Amino acid sequence: MSEHRPQMDSLKKPLPPRVTYLGLALFSMGIVLYAIGYYVEPRHAAFNNLINFLFLISIAVGALFLIALEYIAGAVWSVPMRRVNEFLAGLIPFTPLLAIPLFFHLHELFHWAHTDVVAADELLKAKAPYLNSNFFAMRFIATFILLTLFYWLFTRNSLKQDSTKDAKGDIYTRRNIRLSAIFLPVFAITITFIAIDWAMSLEPHWYSTIIGIYYFSGTVLSALAAATYIIIRFHETGRLPGLRRDHFYSLGSLMFAFVNFWAYIAFSQFMLIWYANLPEETFWFIKHWQNGWQAVSILLIIVQFAVPYAVLLPQEAKMDPKRLKFIALWLLAAHWLDLYWFVMPTYNTSLTFGWMELSFPLVTIGLMITVVAWKTKKHNLKPIGDPKLKRGMEFHL
Amino acid sequence: MKKPIYAITSLFTTPDEAIRAASEVSKAGYTKFDVHTPYPVHGMDGAMQVKISKVGYFAFFFGLTGALTAILLISWVTLSDYPLVIGGKPFWSWPAFVPVSFELTVLFAAVFSTVAMIIFYFKFPNNAHPLHDTPYMKRVSSDTFGITIEANDPQFDENKVKEFLKFLGGKEITTVYFDPEEFDYGQKLIDMRFLGVLAVVALSTATISYFTMNKLLYIEPFNWMMEQHKQKPQQPSNLFKDGIGMRPPVIGTVARGFIPYPFSGKPEEAGKYLINPLLPTKEIVERGKSKFLTFCSPCHGNFGRGDSRLQGQFPNPPTLNSDKVRNWPDGSIYHVITEGQNVMPSYAPQISREDRWAIIQYIRILQRAQNTKESDLK
Repeated sequence: MSEHRPQMDSLKKPLPPRVTYLGLALFSMGIVLYAIGYYVEPRHAAFNNLINFLFLISIAVGALFLIALEYIAGAVWSVPMRRVNEFLAGLIPFTPLLAIPLFFHLHELFHWAHTDVVAADELLKAKAPYLNSNFFAMRFIATFILLTLFYWLFTRNSLKQDSTKDAKGDIYTRRNIRLSAIFLPVFAITITFIAIDWAMSLEPHWYSTIIGIYYFSGTVLSALAAATYIIIRFHETGRLPGLRRDHFYSLGSLMFAFVNFWAYIAFSQFMLIWYANLPEETFWFIKHWQNGWQAVSILLIIVQFAVPYAVLLPQEAKMDPKRLKFIALWLLAAHWLDLYWFVMPTYNTSLTFGWMELSFPLVTIGLMITVVAWKTKKHNLKPIGDPKLKRGMEFHL
Repeated sequence: MKKPIYAITSLFTTPDEAIRAASEVSKAGYTKFDVHTPYPVHGMDGAMQVKISKVGYFAFFFGLTGALTAILLISWVTLSDYPLVIGGKPFWSWPAFVPVSFELTVLFAAVFSTVAMIIFYFKFPNNAHPLHDTPYMKRVSSDTFGITIEANDPQFDENKVKEFLKFLGGKEITTVYFDPEEFDYGQKLIDMRFLGVLAVVALSTATISYFTMNKLLYIEPFNWMMEQHKQKPQQPSNLFKDGIGMRPPVIGTVARGFIPYPFSGKPEEAGKYLINPLLPTKEIVERGKSKFLTFCSPCHGNFGRGDSRLQGQFPNPPTLNSDKVRNWPDGSIYHVITEGQNVMPSYAPQISREDRWAIIQYIRILQRAQNTKESDLK
């Protein structure tokens, strides 16, 4: 019909039903294990639930951030792959699924949720206007509503574009650019609140002013890794035809950049606390350097920085879909390890790793597979109405 | 004499034409050709079939050198050259080194890769190129895109290349000649003329910047603090008639908190008339011990035996346990501390009067402890 819409009819390529079944099977298996976990060891289960909740939020919200980034930067290369990020951002409405059990176990998770403890502690008393169960829940609900609203607005515009004429398609792009200008500050604030509320307040006496950025770096990295894996899988199975090594190189470079960014932020957090040497800050790192946790700390540096850095450093690696696919999965595991390292020492000061750590991610993985497979049935895999799509397909480095 | 051909140049008006032509040229098997564009053109590398650049390996090597330089330099400074305790941390505190090592890594990788590129690719210090000052170069550095096929390409043939470029749509196809003497591509980095020029440039830059920064444009940092209008010791002064800045005390006056010593130069009288005003209580002895260990022990030793580490490097300090000192009255010891004796200087400015008496009580205990009587052992 027009030059903006190459292969219009062949673009809805749903994933085979077995993918959906696999996702649902993993998800239901995970749910059963959740139930068992909560029945056997409620406190342990709550902490693992928290890790997987943060992991899900990371990927969902990070994907939405990548969409907004594409619009506001006027990026062209990522347009053909944007739908994958939209599918992943589609996980946002499902995040309360993992948050609800946590709200029933706030007492197990958070020290500050005990009124008698807070009453006996001067510092917690001073923090009580912020750290109390009601305000905590309000913050989560507000964050959730805001993020869902933006997800809905972004994807609505993007999907409407698919069925518009060329001249009108531009309107939706411009709307989304304006929307991303509003969304990015909102994103910065909400992700900081999530990091402070769900991760930092596990140790209510501790504070790190860089925590928001720390969580953000992992968020973008994991969303990018998830998107890269799915994009390469789609490319291999012929669902995203026409992608070139230039596209893969860009994805690889961005991943490499965020591997470095994560290391930079993680080290900054450590060094400032180490240098200032204030007891109210250093105890947190001491806790992560005792009773077996030091092994996890070292492992984290190797897994989330050294290995991906070395693998992604050569130029060829960033152009090779096979290596990118491997490192994408690796980075997803690394982000999980990051959250495990961050959260778990509060549960137990000595190293804890059991069947719950291994099996609880099934829920998150199953949910992701199911949602992405469901979205591929409903929507085109390329934003065929986007005026930048043609240029995006012909993108050269 | 006819000059040899360097290359054949052609111009293209749009980047798309240039990309298409470049890919045709490389498909035709030419290897020694180049494309000149006024700005980087996306997709040109692929069209020219340029292999993945080796610059990355250089950058990696130089970056590693930078990291190593930083780590070794900081280790040497903090461990051996100038160890300083900072914030109570160990001398070798690696977290503090990371930012510096990171910066040096980036700096070395960037600067030395650029320098290496200039030396290896641009044959620095050769600064001439056959394409310089040609109409072709003027055009491709402003508004057009150009392709040159060099004469040292194995399948170069002047007429064929001209036809080929014309077929691709090239305009203003010209042959560029060069002077073999002028364009000598030999290595000139260790040429004496180049090194001489380098030395002259370095010396004159250093001299000019030294005089500019230190003499002509010298700005004192915080000079309002350096130039305070106050009298310093040993300085002359216009305020007083005799022109001396340092004033002696007015005759017949005593400084606050200072009581003159009446037995100056009279050791016998001091021993006779001065009486220790302090009793050897535990508090006084502790105080005496503390002051003794601070001021006396460096020469007389921790137990007053005259066996400090100064022994042999100096006229040996005497023991305080000799019969002579043991039989001295307190006043005599007080006199020696106040006035000094032989090489021992006066300790009056350092040790207050009360502390001197406390020290004497402690010395008495030391003497007794080291010259025990039969009765003490029972």
